[in-house]
Amino acid sequence: MSERLLTIDNLSVTFGGLHALRNLNFHVDRGEIVSVIGPNGAGKTTFFNMISGMVTPTEGDIRFKDQSLIGLDPNQVTARGIARTFQNVRLFANMTILENVMVSQHCRTRQGIFGALFHTRSFKREEEEIRAYGEEVLSFFGSRLVGYRLHQPASVLSYANRRRLEIARAMATRPEVILLDEPVAGMNPKESEELTGLIGKLRDDWGFTIVMIEHDMGVVRDVSDRVVVLDHGETIAQGSYDEVSTNPDVIEAYLGRPAEEAS
Amino acid sequence: MTSVEHNLQTPELAPARPVLDQDWRRIARFGAIGALALIFISLTDMPDKLDGRMIVEPLLSMGYFSLLWVPFLFGNLVTREVVLEGMVAHRKGVRELLAGALVGLLSSLGLVVLIYLLDTRDLSEPLVNWNSDLHTVLTFGEGNGYGMGFWIAVCVGLGLLGGLFHLLPRLVVQPLKAASIVVLGAVVLESALNDLSEGFGLESLFESLFKKGSDRGGLSVTGALVLAAFGFAWVFVLNAQVAKGKQVFQQAKERNRSATMTVSSVVGVALVLILPMYLGRLTNDLLVNVGLFLLLALGLNIVVGLAGILDLGYVAFFAVGGYTAAILTSPSSPGFSPELSWSVAIIAVVGMAILAGLFIGAPVIRMRGDYLAIVTLGFGEIIRLTVRSDWASGVTGGAQGILNIPNADVFGLFSFKGTDPQQMLYLVAAFCALAIYVSWRLENSRIGRAWMAVREDESVAEAMGINTVNAKLQAFVVGAILASFSGAIFAAKVGSVFEISFKILISIVILVVVIVGGMGRIAGVIAGALVLIGILGGPNQPGLLSEFSEFKLLIYGALLVWMMLQRPEGLIPNVRRSRELHQDEFLQDAWLRKQVDEDEAGGEGEVAPA
Repeated sequence: MSERLLTIDNLSVTFGGLHALRNLNFHVDRGEIVSVIGPNGAGKTTFFNMISGMVTPTEGDIRFKDQSLIGLDPNQVTARGIARTFQNVRLFANMTILENVMVSQHCRTRQGIFGALFHTRSFKREEEEIRAYGEEVLSFFGSRLVGYRLHQPASVLSYANRRRLEIARAMATRPEVILLDEPVAGMNPKESEELTGLIGKLRDDWGFTIVMIEHDMGVVRDVSDRVVVLDHGETIAQGSYDEVSTNPDVIEAYLGRPAEEAS
Repeated sequence: MTSVEHNLQTPELAPARPVLDQDWRRIARFGAIGALALIFISLTDMPDKLDGRMIVEPLLSMGYFSLLWVPFLFGNLVTREVVLEGMVAHRKGVRELLAGALVGLLSSLGLVVLIYLLDTRDLSEPLVNWNSDLHTVLTFGEGNGYGMGFWIAVCVGLGLLGGLFHLLPRLVVQPLKAASIVVLGAVVLESALNDLSEGFGLESLFESLFKKGSDRGGLSVTGALVLAAFGFAWVFVLNAQVAKGKQVFQQAKERNRSATMTVSSVVGVALVLILPMYLGRLTNDLLVNVGLFLLLALGLNIVVGLAGILDLGYVAFFAVGGYTAAILTSPSSPGFSPELSWSVAIIAVVGMAILAGLFIGAPVIRMRGDYLAIVTLGFGEIIRLTVRSDWASGVTGGAQGILNIPNADVFGLFSFKGTDPQQMLYLVAAFCALAIYVSWRLENSRIGRAWMAVREDESVAEAMGINTVNAKLQAFVVGAILASFSGAIFAAKVGSVFEISFKILISIVILVVVIVGGMGRIAGVIAGALVLIGILGGPNQPGLLSEFSEFKLLIYGALLVWMMLQRPEGLIPNVRRSRELHQDEFLQDAWLRKQVDEDEAGGEGEVAPA
């Protein structure tokens, strides 16, 4: 078994009296693609918010490469090597596409006010590196985000391209783990099929470990090594897609429910 | 592509609507607003107070102009229609004239009622300007009947003229607009032009245009005609030339960027070096004030425009700079008086500004939006009250302030005399250049991008690895340093500091300068400072329109409201800012353009596989 990257130990969070997550145990190994699924309100996004430091858990521990992430600010978590995307795409809409991927390399770069004022050699070199890496990351998605697009504001992009840019922005932080929050939501079948392939590439070519929240079961089946099912803040099943999809609890809670009951 | 372009052209006009097919409600509304505006302006006493400043001697004074624009503007606006795609645009005709005249008539009724009431009632108790002087100004001292008749006739005429503007072809309207802008601009800049003409030995030119000798100022009739002709010439001849020149400059810039930039900056520096020698005392003094506020506005622009921190207590750093310089250089500062030279003091000023920035910033910066604005507002006052308090008066002089601040001496090489506006202008210009350089370099750097990300979405910026607290503190401190420079120069210029000079109003005025000019854009901030501080004047400093000082805040307010409604991105907008504010229109445009792209690409569009 390969290196254990992310371990979540007995994690709980309550908002007032509501248990958003309860006694969650979970782990991710290096090079895995893990999907987190569950009905609406199951606590999936809260789970991501907690890993990325935006919500502090009430109980339990999150360990990344054997160091606890509890009490770190989101920017420190990102600096440790965990990047994320957002369910409701949140780009820096008025910055250009290139600037979006340049700014997210902030925690990997050092130049401060002094370098900017005097345009020192190291400032210029770093600026050049940031730009080159940004373009490299963008070209992962083919020609869509590069070329004349580089200097267009992110707000002109189509919905699917915004999602792509969000992934690029997360990649640009040079993480080890990327948390994808519903990466194919709102895409048409052709686009989501393509993105599924790219998620595989993210691991195979770029070496990222991926944790993904997804509702599209086709994508989950095609890409994940392991699936975790959450319901009402608790893990109800873990395992390969086939194991999970035949688990009676999951069928009961999620997959097998008739539409009128589920709503 | 062709279909879109076609839609952007003026659609064919439908025939004019019948004369009586009016939007009566709209006419009544505009007329009522016009009448109220006229009454309001009269009761602020503008017609009386500004009667002393002439536009065209002896025809028109600013006092009467403050009333006359109302019926014209509303008469024009009442029939203005926004024609969107798919709507029918009608040819303009008599209908528009009638509507304009009616609005003028309704507006004039405001003045008619006012004249009658001024004559018969005494409401001077709540309305301080309710007196016979106002009555005399409104009736020309010729009795009620004459005054009422005059205003009805003039307002109807102007309303009609406003309506007529819709009928005139562009070729006529544009030169008229240009001519009136040139004439009004010349009148506004009168004292500066006077100074300039003396400096360059062109008094005869000035005297040929303006009525000199009469203390009421103003253009002579021939002068006004000459300037109007110049305005016409501008539209027909010079405009094309200027556009051509611009194009040549653009091409040169594309061909050899660095050389063009060097040449233009050398020209700019040369102008700043040479111009003050030719300007008179008054204009130089005015520009020093503009420079002081520009320095403040550039600093605030970094804090508000780039990093999005709404700091309403920015004057605190101005005060810190002023008091630090005063205490360290003045021989008569109470308590602690090292009598350092100004150039040494400025280093201490930077240190104090950093300390103050961190001291105020650290507790405040974790808040967001409105809360942050309110807390900074409080801190702005706390600093001023601390300076005045008995506890600190041993060092700061309390309400007595600190006097006898010596000249700004720079390492014994130069000494900038506070009382000589020309020397101060050089000093201020040097610091403004520094501030512009700093703003420009920081904006295009790692830290500038981090500020923009924080402004766009703070939580996401944090999740993308930006330490938002640090980034915001840095912006705060850089802003504080620029403001403290302004304070130190201010202390040397005035020769004394009092806590009363650092009131909250200054913060507000700086913010207005930044907003009106164009937030987040250096050129915009410069334009804002020139227009607001140069023409209207700062909170305690007179501008070119010194007669307006009483109405300064009123005009600031009106300008701010109008800007927020019509042009929230400012005079010279930042591209990003205006995108933010016109998001909807922008997205629509983008969508249209995308459709065109897709049509051209044969409907392939976004879904093409990689």
